Amino acid sequence: MGNYFHEHEETMGREEMRALQSERLAEQVAHAYKNVPYYRELMDKHGVKPADVKSIDDLHKLPFISKDDLREAYPYGLLAVPLEDCVRIQSTSGTTGRRVVAFYTQEDVDLWDECCARAIVAAGGTKKDVVHVSYGYGLFTGGPGLNGGSHKVGSLTLPMSSGNTERQIQFMVDLESTILCCTPSYAAYLAETIHETGQRDKIKLKAGIFGAEAWSEEMRRHIEERLGIKAFDIYGLTEISGPGVSFECEEQTGMHVNEDHFIPEIINPITGEVLPDGEKGELVFTSISKKAFPLLRYRTRDICVLTREKCSCGRTLIKMAKPMGRSDDMLIIRGVNVFPSQIETVLINCGFEANYQLIVDRVNYSDTLEVRVEMTTDMFSDEVRKMEGLDNEVESKLKSMLGIAAKVTLVAPKSIARSEGKAVRVIDNRGGKL
Amino acid sequence: MAITQLSVFVENRPGKLVEVIETLGTAGLDLRALSIADTADYGVLRVIVDKPDAAFRTLTDAGYVVKSNEVLPVAIDDTPGALGKLLRVLSDDGISVEYVYAFVAHGENKAFVIVRVEDNDAAVKTLARAGIAVAGDKEIYNI
Repeated sequence: MGNYFHEHEETMGREEMRALQSERLAEQVAHAYKNVPYYRELMDKHGVKPADVKSIDDLHKLPFISKDDLREAYPYGLLAVPLEDCVRIQSTSGTTGRRVVAFYTQEDVDLWDECCARAIVAAGGTKKDVVHVSYGYGLFTGGPGLNGGSHKVGSLTLPMSSGNTERQIQFMVDLESTILCCTPSYAAYLAETIHETGQRDKIKLKAGIFGAEAWSEEMRRHIEERLGIKAFDIYGLTEISGPGVSFECEEQTGMHVNEDHFIPEIINPITGEVLPDGEKGELVFTSISKKAFPLLRYRTRDICVLTREKCSCGRTLIKMAKPMGRSDDMLIIRGVNVFPSQIETVLINCGFEANYQLIVDRVNYSDTLEVRVEMTTDMFSDEVRKMEGLDNEVESKLKSMLGIAAKVTLVAPKSIARSEGKAVRVIDNRGGKL
Repeated sequence: MAITQLSVFVENRPGKLVEVIETLGTAGLDLRALSIADTADYGVLRVIVDKPDAAFRTLTDAGYVVKSNEVLPVAIDDTPGALGKLLRVLSDDGISVEYVYAFVAHGENKAFVIVRVEDNDAAVKTLARAGIAVAGDKEIYNI
């Protein structure tokens, strides 16, 4: 049995949860229909009235919404409360087009903070901990979310934000940070720097809460070993609220979804059909508590699996597997779906570290994939034969994992730029090329 | 006996090799022998320097991936056929050579061959049986 922030909500029985979800869902649908013309038109077009949605069994009747709807409705089109009732705006990075902005009432911020507090407590956090938040602060939800969660737990919060790695480590040592929150790629970079500067024995970290980008199980073990911590995954989207939509417990077998606030579904991304638990598909969320910016059946484009098995931590919240990657991150190369996390798995299994970059291009009407990975002392040999053997081994494992050929290029250490926020894993040069 | 060789990973791009060599030069380290094995993407620079430990630290501190390993320096006469004779002795004894590179010592009628094999001890014994002596480290470092 673990520690809980909200023991009742995190461990309630299935029927009680269904009743709570049904009540909140019906209320939310009515709220959205009444206050958001965009939803009203969408639902009318699909012939669904608020009265048709009485319980979570009726959820499937609602139409989906997607990021395109959010962009179309930018900035105020999905706002469901008067602007004067909102206290906060957060925004997506906007790398794939127009930014999406999300609005929060004070209650919305509180419930978001509480979801993050559940994650921190599940990672072993208490008021005695020093929570070192190296996610970016600002429009990005990472920093504000974990900051708020840490306050709710009553931990001492270090609002480091991202960047200035030397100062990060200095504070980590001097102020004895115990829980690190940042992107996994930045955690790996911090670990690498701590290792190189011989400060491994000076840090007091016991846990890390890492999210906001896809990362492999192999990378988790690598970070855990390097920092001597237990690494917990956390998931969220700005559109839905931010980090804390789901979080991992000590079992590390998937992330518990805060179902009392967010109902997850898995659908077939092509037909939209709802799939049973255990099947892989696109993750869809309905936020049933948030008032300023309610999302009904929002397609996340994340591909994953939901499972409802008894968890040793005692939580009854459904678990979602680590997404293979946001479908935004998914590359289609020669018609084959490729996730950077699959490539990361192969590289780490072959003995490399997660310092890599993917270069996608188009040559003679055909897509090419180059995997650039940094050479390490452990992998280097004075014999070219062994190095070429290594190259071939990685290429053949990539081929069997991805189903397409990739060229592996070994590059010098530190030649791939380190990221302090989300790692830039992919450079796609195909734009406009035939 | 075996001496220390340093190998450095160098990307096959303009200016990369000179950076390594300059790093050694700036640190006052003297090159005794050098060879490069290259592929399209990278090269493996192998060097024998007068102070291997200092060179290892210098290169590692400069951010290079460096490996240190033991190779055999063999002195041969600077005459036609001398290298062939050396390689024949090893080959006849079933010792496979990963790579060799040679340099000529100035002022003497001698050449040195750096031989990389899996098992240095076995190779030394084979050479000794054929009357070929492996040079000492002082002999090489003080050229």
